[in-house]
Amino acid sequence: MAGATTAGRARASSTSSGNFKRLLASPGQIALAFGIALFLLLFLVVPVGTVIYVAFTEKGTGEFTLVNFLDFARTDLFIRSFWNSVYVSAMSVVVASVFALPLAYITTRFEFRGAMLIQTLGFLPLIMPPFVGAVAMLLLFGRNGSVNLLLDDWLGIKIPFMEGLNGVIFVQAVHYFPFILINLSAALRNIDRAMEEAAQNLGSSGFRLFRRIVFPLAMPGYIAGASLVFVKVFDDLATPLLLNVKDMLAPQAYLRVTSIGIADPMGYVISVVLICMSILAMWISARAMRGKDYATVQRGGGGLAKRRMRPWESAVAYGAVLLILFLVLAPHLGLLLLSFATVWSFSPLPDAYTLAHYGRVFGESFVYVKNTMIYASIAGLIDVVLGTAIAYLVLRTKLIGREWLDWAATAALAIPGVVLGIGYLRTFYGVQLPDGTPLAALWIMIVLALAIRRLPYALRACYAALQQISVSLEEAAENLGATKLRTIRRIVLPLMGGGILAGFVTSFATAAVELSATLMLVQSNSDAPLAYGLYVFMQSPAGRGPGAALGVIAVLLVAVCTFASHLIIERSQKAKAVGR
Amino acid sequence: MNQPFPITSLETKAVDVDIRNVDLSYGANHVLKGINLHIRPGEFFAFLGPSGCGKTTLLRLIAGFNEADGGEVLVGGRDVAHLPPWKRDVGMVFQSYALWPHMTVKRNVAFGLEERKVPKAEIDRRVAAALELVGLAHLADRRPSQLSGGQQQRVAVARTIAIEPKVLLLDEPLSNLDAKMRVQVRRELRDLQQRLGLTTIFVTHDQEEANTICDRIAVMNDGIVQQVGTPMELYEKPANLFVANFLGTANILPGRVIRVGGERFFDIDGGVRLPIPTHVIVPDEAKLVFRPQHASLGRGGTGDVLLPGTVVHSEFLGSTLRYGVKIGAAEVSIDTPFHSGEALRQPGSAVEIGLSLRSALWLAA
Ligand SMILES: Nc1ncnc2c1ncn2[C@@H]1O[C@H](COP(=O)(O)OP(=O)(O)OP(=O)(O)O)[C@@H](O)[C@H]1O
Ligand SMILES: [Mg+2]
Repeated sequence: MAGATTAGRARASSTSSGNFKRLLASPGQIALAFGIALFLLLFLVVPVGTVIYVAFTEKGTGEFTLVNFLDFARTDLFIRSFWNSVYVSAMSVVVASVFALPLAYITTRFEFRGAMLIQTLGFLPLIMPPFVGAVAMLLLFGRNGSVNLLLDDWLGIKIPFMEGLNGVIFVQAVHYFPFILINLSAALRNIDRAMEEAAQNLGSSGFRLFRRIVFPLAMPGYIAGASLVFVKVFDDLATPLLLNVKDMLAPQAYLRVTSIGIADPMGYVISVVLICMSILAMWISARAMRGKDYATVQRGGGGLAKRRMRPWESAVAYGAVLLILFLVLAPHLGLLLLSFATVWSFSPLPDAYTLAHYGRVFGESFVYVKNTMIYASIAGLIDVVLGTAIAYLVLRTKLIGREWLDWAATAALAIPGVVLGIGYLRTFYGVQLPDGTPLAALWIMIVLALAIRRLPYALRACYAALQQISVSLEEAAENLGATKLRTIRRIVLPLMGGGILAGFVTSFATAAVELSATLMLVQSNSDAPLAYGLYVFMQSPAGRGPGAALGVIAVLLVAVCTFASHLIIERSQKAKAVGR
Repeated sequence: MNQPFPITSLETKAVDVDIRNVDLSYGANHVLKGINLHIRPGEFFAFLGPSGCGKTTLLRLIAGFNEADGGEVLVGGRDVAHLPPWKRDVGMVFQSYALWPHMTVKRNVAFGLEERKVPKAEIDRRVAAALELVGLAHLADRRPSQLSGGQQQRVAVARTIAIEPKVLLLDEPLSNLDAKMRVQVRRELRDLQQRLGLTTIFVTHDQEEANTICDRIAVMNDGIVQQVGTPMELYEKPANLFVANFLGTANILPGRVIRVGGERFFDIDGGVRLPIPTHVIVPDEAKLVFRPQHASLGRGGTGDVLLPGTVVHSEFLGSTLRYGVKIGAAEVSIDTPFHSGEALRQPGSAVEIGLSLRSALWLAA
């Protein structure tokens, strides 16, 4: 009895001292964790906290109140904006699904020539800011756009693709459908073909088979993509503004803060509503997916059985694919035409072509490109450094509270860009440098906002990369005399290389075309990034030509960077495979 | 599990499966080479063979998931070549079970009946009956992920037999179970098949599994049916060296057939000579094949021939002792019953082996 007690005490004390020792094992790790925590606190938690605080306090006195929310609920404009945002987001999901479903199904399910090409082209819309496409779409699908002019000529009808909310829905669906395409394709590829064959064996075929077995199994992937689209559309600011749709929530938040002033509480109330909707959508999708993680590929599996199509099926499939590709690539085509057009209105195609817009852009507007390169690179760099560090702390140390870093960084997903922008303005406007410039006016704030916005994606990439490295590789290095730090430098980082680069590119490419957060923070033209320049150009008819040229440059920039990194990742993976 | 099963109509419906001259290639890889098999109505039939020999391919061909390059498959006398899988009425239990995770057990089992537009009440009745049959009625509302491997396997069987298929195909249905479950479930399968009288084809690479539950076995290798027969026939009279080796332990002694006067002898490589009994047909190029229990140390029976040998090693297996004995250039295994207190013969000791020629075979080399 006594012996047992002693042993128990001994064990208890040894575990607690073990924890203690592990916690204090490396001062470097603790310092790192504190550094990251401080960064997240300063540039994520405090600004967002400030927004929420202001929304719930009385203007002037600073006392807690719900009056601001009552005001929100009593104002027709806000309520209408809210429902408009919900409607537009939901409809965008529907229309995006209409684009994505056939592409995903046809390319994963059939032996389809060009399946790879389609999947690649499917990514394209993502690398152009949606509001840039909006202008091109107006020219192609607007009331007096090419398509309607032709329809009017031939059939005497016009289709209101771009009228009011329709325009926002159409543009957003075209822009964001790749999220559904990518997730759904992956899910379809992961279905064990035996699942499908078992259904055929029991008498099911064709569309019933798809509806009852294939689609439900791919559901988690679909929901993941659809909820992402919903959140993105709900938060987007620039597209509705550019299409002159003001009665939606994100534009209202922006307009309130920029036109009435930074002290007006309504912008903050709307921000809180935006955050809540983001969290709600993510929560719903998480709930819908709970218990549905059907990793159905078992051994001998290998995805849906690919079937050869009969000739008429082939014809229908190619027709559908080409039509969808035309629709989703229309903004790019339109933009390209516009960038070379002298005058383009009331005609299906431009009147004449010129290189003048590119000349102008390379002359006076090159500062936008330069700024974007700098901002997006620094933001991407910050993201991969933080991402790698957080991943390392979470996966390789026993530091207490390390998951908090992960959660905090990931929480940025739920914060709409416009909310972060408002938070930065409010928080850092009061803080001044010795010479009197407010902190919020510095261009580095734009970079930090971009970095925070993109951190979750880079973090996931780094996390996955580190997870795939076996701990024994590191132990072997330590066993041969390398210190922790040198092991990280010589073993971990080189092996994570591909993942880190992938994280950097995602951050870079998306930060390069981001506008929601930065629109609020740009103080002068000379500090403005590309997306801002585009936005300014696109607002005047005369600026459209140069704007389009700038847009083409942006798309090329992102595409080239993405492609180059893809090549590098592939080569490094090949080298590693040989070494193994 | 032992009460009589309500679906009795099946017994009268049992059909045969006729596979004629079937050829199949995946590109340059010739996987099935002129397969001919006749599976009788109500028979429990096994495809047995090593990994990669084409068992699954042949099974999937019957179910309609593969298309043959040549030959035909007849189910109940009807050529099914041009029927898609969903019109064949050939129930298949997949190796991975392929239970749909988004449906409950009940919904899984009901699926095939719903596809056949069976009336609702009838579906309920038949689902309940099928689940009852496999002893899982109480788990009807669970999801597949909430079942053990053995239970999942039984749901997969229930799902297939609920549609009352003409033929039941089982692709290594026991391979995902642990050793003990395997023995239990294979008995249940046999029991079920007997009660339903359903023509059943069972794919396995485990000879014990095939031996214990199947009426007849087709041994396959390299896309060719090596031999068809009952488990005992295959064991006692293997048609070739592959079958002899694949089913149980076989001793194989290479040598040559010699004729001296009117008599035939077999010269084992290394210098031992045996008389060949007059009635036995022996090919010119032949090997002598016998099982370890068909020989003894010293003379076992009156008809035995004696061969000189040297003990190389010995193993105690419980009820028997297994000796490795060198005869000429070859080494053979010999089992003798273990008597308590008996000492093992030491390696190096010279022994005489009594071989019963009635049980031995000469197979073409
Ligand atoms: N879809 C396919 N494409 C190309 N070759 C295939 C395909 N499926 C099977 N094969 C090849 O056909 C041969 C027979 O395969 P099969 O699956 O029928 O073997 P098996 O006898 O069932 O083996 P196991 O016991 O391992 O399941 C193998 O050589 C295999 O590599
Ligand atoms: Mg197989």
